[in-house]
Amino acid sequence: QHYFIQSNLRMSRGRSNLDSKRVSSELFTLTYGCMVAQLLKDYDNPDEVNKQLDKMGYNIGVRLIEDFLAHSPSTKRCTQLEEAADVIAKQGFRMFLGTVPEIKNWSDAKDEFSIILTENPLAEFVELPPTCTDSLWYSNIICGVLRGALEMIQMEVKVWFLQDTLRGSETTEIRVKFVKILEDSLPAGED
Amino acid sequence: MIYNLYIFNPMGQCLYYGEWERSKAAAMSRDEEFKLVYGMLYSLKSFVSRITPAISDNFQCYETNKYKLSMYETPSGVKFVINTGLDWSSQAISEMLQSLYKEVYVEFVVRNPLVSLDSAIESELFKNKIEHFINTRIKEVS
Repeated sequence: QHYFIQSNLRMSRGRSNLDSKRVSSELFTLTYGCMVAQLLKDYDNPDEVNKQLDKMGYNIGVRLIEDFLAHSPSTKRCTQLEEAADVIAKQGFRMFLGTVPEIKNWSDAKDEFSIILTENPLAEFVELPPTCTDSLWYSNIICGVLRGALEMIQMEVKVWFLQDTLRGSETTEIRVKFVKILEDSLPAGED
Repeated sequence: MIYNLYIFNPMGQCLYYGEWERSKAAAMSRDEEFKLVYGMLYSLKSFVSRITPAISDNFQCYETNKYKLSMYETPSGVKFVINTGLDWSSQAISEMLQSLYKEVYVEFVVRNPLVSLDSAIESELFKNKIEHFINTRIKEVS
């Protein structure tokens, strides 16, 4: 059995003025935790769970990008990867996870960078059981979301976890590598 | 005057077609018309970006003596195409299409996991919302 130890759960009883944003963020965190726990039960293999989380994230990302674009109409098309990274951190992450990560560790060719999450609402009350500490990337859904979202704006990227504080590391670090620009596909029947 | 509206996904499939006024019927089937419109837009976009004398955004509209075709394309490739009378300004149309994207498309299509983005949208709720949206705009102008 896999259990996640939920500690410091803030009870909403006793507070007359409910902070609605905080309450729904807890619900979100708990929902995500239940989902990962269920996936572990279903697949019994953390590597497979990582893949599933990435796939789910991809499906979310493909739609999330529209939500983002609709609510950030002033955001222009990015011409450089650095601009895109900046928008992802300062607008994307802020809009959907309420946190602004740092962008660091650029490769020399400027085609790779890291997203350092100083806080991760998905993992807020979570401790990994010992069976998963070396293999599960708990928040892997984020990688899928980034991959799906960027694909819809013509950027093919590889996204993966490098470190996670849940696994005992110093930081939570996601790596993004730019692969290529996706060209507009020709409509069927046109030459 | 708003004549009709098309919504295309990035692959060129027509997700939605709505008609409010159309005194001249099309000379072809709906599917052929969708392909024709999309093909034209694709070619026009390509043409416009090739001969542009300055760095610019893309094709926005064309006008005849009777109607104006305007397009709003999101960075994700979703295209909103609307035929209006000449009484609509480009800015008003652009604002309207952006609102349509934000308030109707994202709300009732993107956020609904049961609605597919790969083929014609079947959600009645979405169709009602879009009709209401356009009808309100038509009333405001007249």
